[in-house]
Amino acid sequence: METAKYKRLLPPMRGLARDFYSYCKKHELRFQKCSGCGAWRHVPREMCPDCGSFDYQWAKSAGKGKVFSWSTTTQPMLPQFADAVPYATVIVELDEGVRMATWVVDIPPDQLQIGMPVEVLFDDVTEDVTLAKFRPRKQA
Amino acid sequence: MHPLKDKACIVGVGETPYTRGTDRSQLSQILHATMAALDDAGLKPHDIDGMVLPMPMPTVEHLAANLGIPDLRYSASSNIGGAAPVAAVQTAAMAVALGVAKHVLIPVGWNAYSGAGVRGAGRSGPVGLPPSFGLTMSEYYMPFGLAVPAQWFAWLATRYVEQYKVGLEGPAAVALAARKHAQLNDKAFMRGRPLTMDDYRNARMIAQPFRLFDCCLETDGACAVIISSAERARDLKQPPVYIAGAAEGHPLPADDIPGRKDFFKIGLFFAAPKAFEMADAKVSDLDFVQIYDCFTHIVLLELEALGCCKPGEAWQFVQNGRIELGGDLPFNTHGGLLSEAHVAGVNHIAEATRQLRHQCGERQVKDAELGVVTGFGDFGDGSLIVLRR
Repeated sequence: METAKYKRLLPPMRGLARDFYSYCKKHELRFQKCSGCGAWRHVPREMCPDCGSFDYQWAKSAGKGKVFSWSTTTQPMLPQFADAVPYATVIVELDEGVRMATWVVDIPPDQLQIGMPVEVLFDDVTEDVTLAKFRPRKQA
Repeated sequence: MHPLKDKACIVGVGETPYTRGTDRSQLSQILHATMAALDDAGLKPHDIDGMVLPMPMPTVEHLAANLGIPDLRYSASSNIGGAAPVAAVQTAAMAVALGVAKHVLIPVGWNAYSGAGVRGAGRSGPVGLPPSFGLTMSEYYMPFGLAVPAQWFAWLATRYVEQYKVGLEGPAAVALAARKHAQLNDKAFMRGRPLTMDDYRNARMIAQPFRLFDCCLETDGACAVIISSAERARDLKQPPVYIAGAAEGHPLPADDIPGRKDFFKIGLFFAAPKAFEMADAKVSDLDFVQIYDCFTHIVLLELEALGCCKPGEAWQFVQNGRIELGGDLPFNTHGGLLSEAHVAGVNHIAEATRQLRHQCGERQVKDAELGVVTGFGDFGDGSLIVLRR
């Protein structure tokens, strides 16, 4: 078990973030989907910025998307990630329309391309926390 | 006619020396800059009866107690990062124009080099993050190793460079112009340290595509400005500089960058048309711009937001000395955050004021009558003021 060795920053498990990451722990990528107008959204919010509804469900994403942009960190800005440089914090646009910050594994940062197809994988970084990451996929 | 147009003026500006290393606390730095601004205006501390603070610490209570202000009638704060000082000018202008206060102080002190610089974000953790965006960052970005501005604005810059095929000469022209102007400014931290294209190109990567000289400085210092009504300004020591236009604007959503439908639409896109309309001015009327230059690529985006050129064309707009002194639209004539100092852009307001008073010596923009100052902060909040003499 790698749990004891994981020194990187973890998300605070509170409020809507706890809900989002709880699904990740079950290896499900779910986003809020407005019950009023049907719009998907991320980051999670209390109400729908499109229609004003407070009602939503946690709808399951197919986990497929494309690389939208990325930020490649070459100088170690956070001591907890110093061993990881260079690494890219990637914005992935899911087929459902939402975008999220994540990592794309199995590919060096300098080979990322806008529009590159990716699919979700779940990284159980500790006993309590699972991060949704992505890897390149062959286009159907 | 907009009810706030030309109703308020910048009457005093002042700063501390900009250094790396200081014995002074941030509070002490602010107080020294404030005394310099008061002296510039011909005012005394007891004349200040309003404050708008662009940073959470120190508080108005600390400042008023130290300055011995007997009757602080108005205080407000603007918590939108680097967009806050310019947004604070709009708030202060409203206060003095309506008679809520007579003379409003806007100070920023930041010992970013010796104290709490942005590089410490990872060490301080979520509690140390500004509430305006700290929640999103700690919950959804930091677990993926992203916590400082160079990283999150690299999201914008990476796609901007890819989408518009931006050549290296675009951001380089911004960095080199700022450094060139700093050579004419005694206060600039980078005076005496010229920069060449080779230096720029060969510098280390910080967060791609930002090289070292695409990034603003971390320095120690403070800068303060004082806003008064136009009527009062005419009786003070300096020629009044009128606030002809002012506005702030925010990207949608302002608290999350990846989720933006229109990815490059920073707050300044919303604010700029409002401020120009208020001032009854066009971008082609401007004699100079002082642009919030946290990163060179962001300057390019801001030029587009101001309407200087079409989206994606700023990297060509800045070529051939256009944004240098002597060019069509000189930018950051003091050196800016890139080459003078980082006091959250209050120094840009001070420089614009001195340009319009014609006090800038060898870096004076000839016959300057009209200029703009922009602010840019947090995840892309924006603000601008249109100033005239």
